[in-house]
Amino acid sequence: MARVALGQIALARSGDKGSGSNIGVIARSPQLYTFLSAQLTTAVIKEAFKEICLGDVVRYELPNLNALNFLLANSLGGGGTEAMITDAQGKVHGPALLHIKMDVPEHLLM
Amino acid sequence: MQAQQNKKVLIANAQGFWGDSLLGSLRLVEEGPVDYLTFDYLAEITMSIMQKQKMRDANSGYATDFVQLIGRIIKICKQKKIKIIANAGGVNLRACLKAIKKTIVETGVTGIHVGIVEGDDIMDRLAELRVSGETFANMETGEAIEPIVDRITSANVYIGAAGIVEALRQGADIVVTGRASDPSLVLAPLIYEFGWPLDDYDKMAAGTIMGHVIECGSQCTGGNFTDWQTVPDMARIGFPVVEANADGSFVVTKHDNTGGLVSVETVTSQLLYELGDPKSYLSPDCIADFTSIQISQDGENRVRISGIRGREATSSFKVSMSYSNGYKVLCTLCISGPDTVEKAQRLADMVFARVQMHGFDIAEDDRFLELFGNNLLYRGIVPRLEHPHEVLLRLGAKSNNPKALQVLAAEIAPLITSGPPGITGFAGGRARPTEIVGYWPTLIDKSRINTQILVEEV
Repeated sequence: MARVALGQIALARSGDKGSGSNIGVIARSPQLYTFLSAQLTTAVIKEAFKEICLGDVVRYELPNLNALNFLLANSLGGGGTEAMITDAQGKVHGPALLHIKMDVPEHLLM
Repeated sequence: MQAQQNKKVLIANAQGFWGDSLLGSLRLVEEGPVDYLTFDYLAEITMSIMQKQKMRDANSGYATDFVQLIGRIIKICKQKKIKIIANAGGVNLRACLKAIKKTIVETGVTGIHVGIVEGDDIMDRLAELRVSGETFANMETGEAIEPIVDRITSANVYIGAAGIVEALRQGADIVVTGRASDPSLVLAPLIYEFGWPLDDYDKMAAGTIMGHVIECGSQCTGGNFTDWQTVPDMARIGFPVVEANADGSFVVTKHDNTGGLVSVETVTSQLLYELGDPKSYLSPDCIADFTSIQISQDGENRVRISGIRGREATSSFKVSMSYSNGYKVLCTLCISGPDTVEKAQRLADMVFARVQMHGFDIAEDDRFLELFGNNLLYRGIVPRLEHPHEVLLRLGAKSNNPKALQVLAAEIAPLITSGPPGITGFAGGRARPTEIVGYWPTLIDKSRINTQILVEEV
């Protein structure tokens, strides 16, 4: 096992969806998709964003794109036009997620 | 028939939002082949801003920079037979049409047909529609509309591709809509060019996903991309062009000799952008299934997509309403260390105490304080710094009384001489309260909406 940042094994893009954010995560290989679909649970996302996301996390799977898509309810300080927080559109939630550390089998990192 | 099967239609996105770089369209018409330019202008807040402009001036309320762009590109568009589709009409399509015609006349170009698609603006019909049974409950929260109904400032239906198709059939070279949904701007010319039936939902979904990929402009050609260091020449990033085939498959690409990167990764990143449930991507034209997408690299800066499946759309249109919801003000100051965090808290306490001394009360819940520079954006994910040497104080409040917020803003600069040391960066001047535009997403039965087409020649 090697402890790496998620960004080493995945890409991400995020934006707003109502008063929540949408984070797309793309595994860097089909093998890593299998690994991430087992490891990157809604509980992991909720724990990482516990200070940002005040609602539930929902996960969708897109095996055809080696991708997972997450919806983080109530995570934008009230929503697009009303919020005063810097990142009222969740633009940095994807890059933020790529900071979390994961234990990854070394043969998947080749 | 053979010709139809081999036919390719090239559709580009030239502006991904109101305020996007003007270079997109100016370069797209020069740098390579394209059949249609599409322009996406209308975010939720945009309609409300345009509504306010229209209330001040009956001839405004649309995307004026689009009209200016037409003046700069119409000559070459006519030469190259490039058609233009834009949801630039805002809340005043007739004024937009008039301005476009005037601009074209000034260029001396003739024989241009300009079409508008009306019927998305239901602001004047709200009372009648509510009486006839539309509840307009908030589709996200389920809340009833009554508490905000007197404060609504705009109400627009996300219409689909059909009206645009009709305008193209009537010979329009330029089609302008109000709040047409973004992907419909791309789907419509494909329906027109390939003769796709509106109930061929796989094709509707294919065109919708094409629109989704390119609707944010350069975000699918290397912009906002995780591996940004691998993206060449970002200053000259190419805007996206899709090469669409009659069977619904397509290639996402960009013009030769432009910057940026079109790879499976850059396109997939955009496919996931603000996606929601991938099996049920709702548009006015269909429900698209993103889990059916097959994607592969098809040469340098070319990504091929096929296999898309779709289903019949729901019986409702989405409606975007905006309403006035009080005021807010946001002020900034730079705080140097040591003790930045303690200084920031002291400054905030001073400001709110002084607002109270002026005789205004701002409730605890309406006060806002944020320290930028202390791992704020990644809070909970990256640890906060124990002693940040500098932070940006972002301090503000909400209120129904703009005077209270003016007083707050006026008490920011005095902090520099009456508070802790090392406070600077008040270069931007005194902040001004702005109206908060509330957003109210809701639904309306499709049978209530009829679009009308008007095509005029210049």
